[in-house]
Amino acid sequence: MARRLPWIGLALLAAVPFSGIGNYPLHLVIMCLLWGYVYTSWSIMGRLGLVSFGHGAFLGIGAYSVVMLWNLFGISPWIGAVAGIAVSTGVALLIGLPCFRYKIVGHYFALVTLALSEVTRLVIVALRDQTGGSLGATPNTALAQGNAWSLGALQFSEKIVWFYLILVFWLGALWIWAKVDRGMTRLALEAISQEEDAAASIGINVTRSKLFVTLISAVMTSVGGVLYAQYQLYINPETVSGIGISLQMVFGVIAGGMFVMLGPTVGAVFTLLLAEGLRLALGDAFKQFPALDLAIYGLMLVLFIIYMPKGILGAALDAWDKRGTRPASAPR
Amino acid sequence: MDVFDIFLLEAVLNGLLLGGLLALLSLGLNLIFGVIDVVWICYAEMIMIGMYAVYALHVQQQWPLLAAMAAGIAIVALLGALMHQFVIRPVLSAEPINQLLVTGGVLFFLQAAATLAFGIEFKNLGVKLPPVPIGEMSFSFPRIIAFAVALLGVVATYLFLTRTYVGTAIRAISQDRAIMPLMGVNPGRIFVVTSALGGALAGLSACLLVLQYDIHPAIGLSFGPITFLICVLGGLGNMLGGLVAAFIFAQFISVGGFLFAIEWGYVIAFVFFIAVMFWRPRGILGGK
Repeated sequence: MARRLPWIGLALLAAVPFSGIGNYPLHLVIMCLLWGYVYTSWSIMGRLGLVSFGHGAFLGIGAYSVVMLWNLFGISPWIGAVAGIAVSTGVALLIGLPCFRYKIVGHYFALVTLALSEVTRLVIVALRDQTGGSLGATPNTALAQGNAWSLGALQFSEKIVWFYLILVFWLGALWIWAKVDRGMTRLALEAISQEEDAAASIGINVTRSKLFVTLISAVMTSVGGVLYAQYQLYINPETVSGIGISLQMVFGVIAGGMFVMLGPTVGAVFTLLLAEGLRLALGDAFKQFPALDLAIYGLMLVLFIIYMPKGILGAALDAWDKRGTRPASAPR
Repeated sequence: MDVFDIFLLEAVLNGLLLGGLLALLSLGLNLIFGVIDVVWICYAEMIMIGMYAVYALHVQQQWPLLAAMAAGIAIVALLGALMHQFVIRPVLSAEPINQLLVTGGVLFFLQAAATLAFGIEFKNLGVKLPPVPIGEMSFSFPRIIAFAVALLGVVATYLFLTRTYVGTAIRAISQDRAIMPLMGVNPGRIFVVTSALGGALAGLSACLLVLQYDIHPAIGLSFGPITFLICVLGGLGNMLGGLVAAFIFAQFISVGGFLFAIEWGYVIAFVFFIAVMFWRPRGILGGK
């Protein structure tokens, strides 16, 4: 029974669009999956001691690559996505290689990557003639005359298409997470994050191991930017790059649990549901206090890091373990 | 372009004025890092709170400006002490990255608290000071004040650290955290004093920024990153390095912004920062 639990969960999740929930709840589920995907991408390197405050850069590169190539040159988002991945890979190499070679770790790594995400945001704002600056950008629509689909332009007006597309990407991210988790690289990187010089002395190629997960994480995040842009059909330098979104990714993962597979997703769900729950609970009062969810969120983050550093899911699984009856297939 | 362009000179001098302010901004953060070994990601948000405090007391409560500023400094100093007592102290023995992250939670909280209290509209003191013409150039008066006061703040901090007993204890702790308790210094108390001092410097920065800029809840994000980068560029915890880095950064922003557009000034400064990190990972004065 317990072995089948993940499959039952997945089947239930896949059936969500047919459960008759409205458009808005379906949108929330899609956003949970999308951010779950992005947070999982971040956690692939974050959990191994490479805490990046710069993933907004990759998200922004992905999002702006597709939209700008489409709007300015009419290049299909499929090619745009490849271009975004290529640029993200280049940027990740450019920043990662020297960082790892010169042993920029911990605080310094976090702050160097923070600079990277700010550079991306500022470049987008500075190129306002092309990107629309702080006002953001909307991909030109390809859905004229009641057309619900445009595969070439990667635009679908039906939410159900997006649901399954993003579900597949999310599952892919979990699969990659599990792959990395079982690979030698994880062991190597755990050794590195404990004691870098000692790890190097037993023959671990520090730079290559770090670069490996960094590239995976950066590419996945920029794909997340592509999905975000094509699904929302609106991007803005503040929401896809810069310090704000970069920190949001880090904290989503921390809240959910950095060291368990579904932790980042739980973090995404938690973050979105907190805002939605408060909106429902407070009703009209919520409009008067627009930042109440953020205030509670910030407070909870502080409490989490102090009292529950493993996050919601991590702490829940620990509590389950203590009962000694943890099902073998519980997601680790 | 002519090197002796009068506008270029104006940009350079404006950069110098900005450098003084950035030096003060980075000083408090560096002090805290040097002593407690924690980076307050929310440092710029504490400055934002200080700006709102001055605004609330001066505009809403009709206090005289200087009294409002003095109270603003005191409020942020208290906030710094509280921050240490309730947020940093519980994670002092946790992993360094958790200490960095916990202050990020405070960042969100302070931003949201400011939004709740004051809304997202831009606020300002309504104090308009005339520009100061020097030759063919003209400089903003608040900037000149900010430069002078920032330098005074830096000097006062230096004197405090070198001439007083508590200041000496602070410097001693920053040199060796393990030995000082054996010498009869209570590190817990020194940490609180340092945090309050860092807060007071944030409050002073707030008083100077509020003269020049409109206040809104996200203003911390606009100069927070620069402040961190200056500290890292100078070598985290290295106060002298921070001062040098502040003036270098300000020149990039001011002259780069003059030659291209203001965002490009920042982009050039940030790219310069990343490049320097690879050349000297411990900061310009930190050695290799």
